[in-house]
This record gives sequence, structure tokens and C-alpha cells, in this order.
Amino acid sequence: MITPLAFDVAHLFAGSLVLVSFMLLYQDRMTGLVNTFALHALVVSFSVAWQAYIQEAPHLYITAAIALGIKAILIPIALHRIIVRLGIHRTIEPVVGVGLTMLAGIGLIALSIMVMLPITAQAGTLAREDLSFALSVILLGLLMMVSRRNAVSQVIGFMSIENGLILAATGAKGMPLVVEISVAFSILVALIVIGIFLFRIRERFETVDIHLLHEHRGEQP
Amino acid sequence: MMADLFVQFCEMLVVLGLAPLLAGYVRTLKARLVGRRGPPLMQPYRDLLRLIRKEVVLADSASWLFRAAPYIVFAATWVAAALVPTFATGLLFNYAADMIAIVALLATARFMLALAGLDVGTSFGGIGSSREMMIASLAEPAMVMVVFTLSLLAGSTQLSSIAAFMQGPGVGLRVSLAMALVALIMVAIAENARIPVDNPATHLELTMVHEAMILEYSGRHLALIELASFVKLLLYTSIIGCVFAPWGIAVAGQGLGAYLVGLAVYVVKLAVAGLLLALFETAIAKMRVFRYSDFLGSALMLGVLATLLLFVSRVA
Repeated sequence: MITPLAFDVAHLFAGSLVLVSFMLLYQDRMTGLVNTFALHALVVSFSVAWQAYIQEAPHLYITAAIALGIKAILIPIALHRIIVRLGIHRTIEPVVGVGLTMLAGIGLIALSIMVMLPITAQAGTLAREDLSFALSVILLGLLMMVSRRNAVSQVIGFMSIENGLILAATGAKGMPLVVEISVAFSILVALIVIGIFLFRIRERFETVDIHLLHEHRGEQP
Repeated sequence: MMADLFVQFCEMLVVLGLAPLLAGYVRTLKARLVGRRGPPLMQPYRDLLRLIRKEVVLADSASWLFRAAPYIVFAATWVAAALVPTFATGLLFNYAADMIAIVALLATARFMLALAGLDVGTSFGGIGSSREMMIASLAEPAMVMVVFTLSLLAGSTQLSSIAAFMQGPGVGLRVSLAMALVALIMVAIAENARIPVDNPATHLELTMVHEAMILEYSGRHLALIELASFVKLLLYTSIIGCVFAPWGIAVAGQGLGAYLVGLAVYVVKLAVAGLLLALFETAIAKMRVFRYSDFLGSALMLGVLATLLLFVSRVA
């Protein structure tokens, strides 16, 4: 049985993760967005490390270290470089309808709590809480991918979804280490592929605003 | 019973006496921080005295509403301040009303002030009133969400019970409380017309809100409105103090010594809060009117999020 303090700290980290997901939604500067994403990954790694401590599962420390090393340090540095090379590090991307996006985000959190709490009635308190917060983070990441026009911010939305998956995986006991490592490296591969794509898009359209792609496909924007 | 009543009246007088001092203290600190000497600490008292002695100049188009509004604004704000445990909990009036009543009293005061701003029919007053209402439409829901968060945790909407709960062992480490604190501070800044939202030091500027509404007032009417705004600043500081830093508050039934210690701790808390406010106001620039909705919208968002996160840990 976990102590109230252990539960409170886990709640603190998971709740902060949801909050940082919200901060990602309304960042309009590219560098600020990448830094917030680094914070997102940092909170995930703290959360996983705390889970490792209270579940006494040493392999989770490796997951935390991977999250810290790759997603809080390596990927933000790579993204900063990509942004500078694309020449968009000074651009301000207007977030369309901040209020509406925020309301949608609140609605998504309420939805994930409403969905997750009843169907996980058998699980332990910590797993229930982690699963509902993880679903919120995933849905907020999807919302970010939908609401942004810039390809780089969509990539960051995609990466934040993966952080939500890690939170869910560590909340549920018994996720094999192999799976986590392979997920972490597939994210790294995804970053490389996406990075190449970003440059290809820029070469072709001279911008990374994906709305131009709609025209190219014959859809009216 | 009589002792409770006595403590209650002492508390109301302390609030009234300290409110101009807090405002003067923040003004002096701000002046020192930018390298000026600033007015003496007692300046707000002198201003109030001078205003009370002056005669009232009324516009020809002013109705009874314009004359009644200062008294209603001051009374509502003072009663709201009487409900907040400043240096002692378990005040007599605490059992009659809770935090939602405080929000309602402040809303009444604001409503009257906005009506008075419209009453004379000058364009400045109209701008001030409409902006004040815009701020209120976002700040009040945020404040109510903060009240919900606290009452979900403490099981009560009364400030005395919340302060007692926050001192007890059942609080734990909660992210919701941190969010509620940030949301409450943002609401307090907006409600008291402090710098990122409104500049309390200007009188003639196109961006002002509070000063625009009271531009037509003079004499004792202006003194009452000024005093009400000082009391409001003290009230928000006291709410933040008694909920998030409840140490040292005297509990009802303790001796005179506990009350004196409570009073001393309360003054120290006010001094720290005033210093933080002055630092914050010096470090930050005023924002555009069109950004208010972002600022207060994020306060509202934090409040809703705090309540939602709390809901999970309650059910789980």
C-alpha cells in the first residue's frame, strides 16, 4: 500500500505534466515552444523516476534516464538547430483562437477523467490517476497537432503525445523495459525522418506552413 | 459572545486603520525601487483627511445614484473585509457568511461603481465602466473556481474552516493548491487595478480603468472610494495570507497574548506581501487592453484545472 505522501507527489508530477501540456498549447514563439517541450520531458522523467522509487522497479530508472537524456536534452537541442536552420526561430506563430483552444482542452481533460475513472475501477488508486492524466496529455497533444499550422509545432505536439504514453505505461505495472526502449528510439528515428521532411517541405514550398499543402492536394483552404 | 463581538470590531478597525498604510507602504517601496524618494508612509492618511475636508462638486447631470454609490461601495467592501480572518479566526461574522458571500459583496461594490461611472454621461466614465465589466466577467469566474478548489479540499467555504484545515496535517502536497494560489494572485492583481492590468499611479491615460470610472468624484465621495480601494487591496492580501500562509493566526478562545502574536504576525505578512507586490510591479510592464482576456483567461483556466485535478484525487 502506498503512503499518502507518495500518492501526493505522484499526483503533483502528473498534474504538472497536464499543466505543461496546456502551456504548450498557447506558446506562440518557436524557441519558447521548444523550451516548454523540454520542460514537459523533464516533468515526465521526474514522474517516472518517482514511480520507480515507489513501485521499487529499478528498470523504470532507465526509462527516466532515457526520457531525460533523449527528450529533455537531445531532441530540444536538435529542434533548436532545425529552427535556426529553417530561419523561423524569430517567427511568432499566431495561435488561432486561444480561448476556444483552452476551452476545448479543459473539455478534453474532463472527458478523459470521465472515461478513465469508471473503466479502471478495479485498478489501484495510483494507476487510475496516472491513466486519466496520461489520456489527458495524449488528447491535448492531439489537440495541439490539430490547432497548429506550423509543421515544427505539430512535431512537438506529436512528441508530447509520446510523453503521455510513457506516463500511462509507467502507471500500469509490468511494462517490459524492451518496449519502452524501443518506443524511445522509434521517437528518435521519427525525429530524424520528420527533420528531413521539414527540410523537403521547405525546399518545395519555401515555408513550413502546412496550409500550402492543402492547395497542393487540390483542397480549398 | 461579548468577547467575540469585541474581537470582531477590533478586527474591522484594524483593517480600516492598516489599509491606507499598506497602500502607502507599497507606493514608497515602488518609488525607492526606481531610485526616487517617494511620498512619506503616512501620505494616504493625509490625502484622505484633505479630501474629507473639501467640498463636494457634483456634475449637473448627476443623479441620486452618483451620490449613493460611494457609500454603498465602501460599506460592501468593508463588510467583505470583516468576513476575512486577518489575525484571528472564529470571528463572530464568520458564521454568517462564507467566501462566496465575499465574492458577491465585492461584485456588488463593483456594480455600483460601474453604474456611477456611467451616470454622469462622460465618455471617460463609460470607457472605464465597460472595461471594468470586461475584467469582471473573467475575474469573477476565476475567483469562484478558486473558492471551489479550496472548498473541495477543506470541505467548507468558510475562511475560518479553510484556514484551520490548511494548518492541519491533512493538507499534503497538492498541485491544485499551487494552481489555485497562482490564479488567486492573478485575480487579485486584476481586481485591485495593479500594474499588468491597470496602473494605479496614473490619472490621465487612455488605458486606465479604475481611475476613469471615478474621474467625476470629489471631496468626501472620492475619499470613501479611495478608502474602499485601499481596503480591497488589504482584503485580497489577507485572503491569500490566511489561506496559503495561515501560520500564527489566533484561534477563538485563546487569551490576549495569542491575539497580540496574531496581530504582529499579520503585520509581518502584510509587509512581505507589499514588498513582493512592489517588486512585481516594478519588474513588469503594463499590458495592452486586448491582452486582458489572455491574462485573466489563463487565471480562469488554472482555476478550472485545479478543480478538475482535485476531482481525480478525490475519486481515486
